[in-house]
Amino acid sequence: MGMTIGVLALQGDFAEHAWMVGELGARAVEVRRAEELELVDALIIPGGESTTVARLTVGQSDRLFDAIIERAKEGMPVYGTCMGSIFLAREIEGSAQGRLALMDIKVRRNAFGPQRFSCERELAVPELGSEPFPAVFIRGPVIVSCGETVQVMASVPEGIVMARQGNLLVTAFHPEITDDTRVHRYFLSMVAEAGASKESRFPRARISVEALAGR
Amino acid sequence: MVTKAQTAGEGKARTGTELVKRALPQMLKGGVIMDVVTADQAKIAEEAGAVAVMALERVPADIRAAGGVARMSDPELIIEIIEAVTIPVMAKVRIGHFVEAQILESIGVDCIDESEVLTPADEECHIDKRKFSIPFVCGARNLGEALRRIGEGAAMIRTKGEAGTGDVVEAVRHARSILGEIRRLSIMPAEERMTYAKEIGAPYELVCEVAESGRLPVVNFAAGGIATPADAALMMQLGVEGVFVGSGIFKSQDPAKRAAAIVRATTFYNDPQVLAEVSRNLGEPMFGRTARSLEPAESLATRGW
Repeated sequence: MGMTIGVLALQGDFAEHAWMVGELGARAVEVRRAEELELVDALIIPGGESTTVARLTVGQSDRLFDAIIERAKEGMPVYGTCMGSIFLAREIEGSAQGRLALMDIKVRRNAFGPQRFSCERELAVPELGSEPFPAVFIRGPVIVSCGETVQVMASVPEGIVMARQGNLLVTAFHPEITDDTRVHRYFLSMVAEAGASKESRFPRARISVEALAGR
Repeated sequence: MVTKAQTAGEGKARTGTELVKRALPQMLKGGVIMDVVTADQAKIAEEAGAVAVMALERVPADIRAAGGVARMSDPELIIEIIEAVTIPVMAKVRIGHFVEAQILESIGVDCIDESEVLTPADEECHIDKRKFSIPFVCGARNLGEALRRIGEGAAMIRTKGEAGTGDVVEAVRHARSILGEIRRLSIMPAEERMTYAKEIGAPYELVCEVAESGRLPVVNFAAGGIATPADAALMMQLGVEGVFVGSGIFKSQDPAKRAAAIVRATTFYNDPQVLAEVSRNLGEPMFGRTARSLEPAESLATRGW
């Protein structure tokens, strides 16, 4: 496919994402600095601790934080798992912690409680086919509300656990630690779509979030 | 185009599976887990970017100084710390003390450290960690010890190092030992594996698994004597996946600054420029004590079987 997927490698299970991307035939590169972001067609924000990643980005002299926002607003596909979905959210319930605030969702951190309530369960995700997805939730968040242009892709009784808004995709669960590659394949298809809708090589073409969301 | 309110067709939640227990430490990779003794310290650690805190009554340096029997901390203190932060909270139990572990599990601790820093409750057996719904981390000095703990159900391994000394030498020794043995095992002819398993006292199936994957089946952190950003980066360059800092932060002159510096050093462990930048003006590190000056009875790393 020739696409290069960046995996934000500040903290968390970025190696698992990189491995899965590689399995699907795309190139994965670790992103720790703003200049590394320039080399990629898309970005995955892995599982980890959102307060840690905020501390490592917000207000640091490296431009990485601003560069992610800029590229995402220009249409670069971004997929956030668990911590990644918190970091992408416009609003975090009861918290002012640093975040990209790119996606029109409000999240509740640790929505399932402490680790003893972390779980795996079969999740219906119609977009991925009729076979349920083996979703693993690790002290995971849920989306408690979202904007009009957000497409809800899966829910559990506690809230929404998978959603897309244009070039932004989030899951509260961790496909990267399972054998099921369907979510990553779905994301790569978003990346391919974003690439195809541009005239030149990937970076810097403008795709409106609303246009993609309407698809 | 909104397609809200999709199916609620989800299956039954399965908690405490091996996958779920091993996954928590996976999310902590590349991070720093800090010892804290009060809710205020826990907040400082979280603010500095810790991925988790270890809640305890005394840091290892003070446990050494105090002497006497070191036990699980008061649940009241641990609960205060759980309520003070949003990051995972770990706590320690004595080796073999499965009732202390039951208590910690019931109060909502996210991960239990079956730790040689406390006075062992059982000098023959460790806890059967498979019985619990939350993950355990255990210390190890070599591959055999790591695989015995994983065989008992540990979901995370850390080097033992020599806790409470501020001397990184033992953590380096243990990391080199574990990682070196894995490298040698991965090129070992298959017919030598059974004898090797017997020699190091490890379950044969796990020996084969490590030989084929070239890595431990669980996450592997460094612990025991890490006191500076450079120490953390050293352990990361040796090949561990994250670090525990015990006495090194809150026994130093400026804990908040040192904590944040160690967090950055753990992320940018391969970048000497960042390491130089974060190492500047940190104030005095913990005074420490050389691991070599310990009497044999004072070594904590030899606890565990």
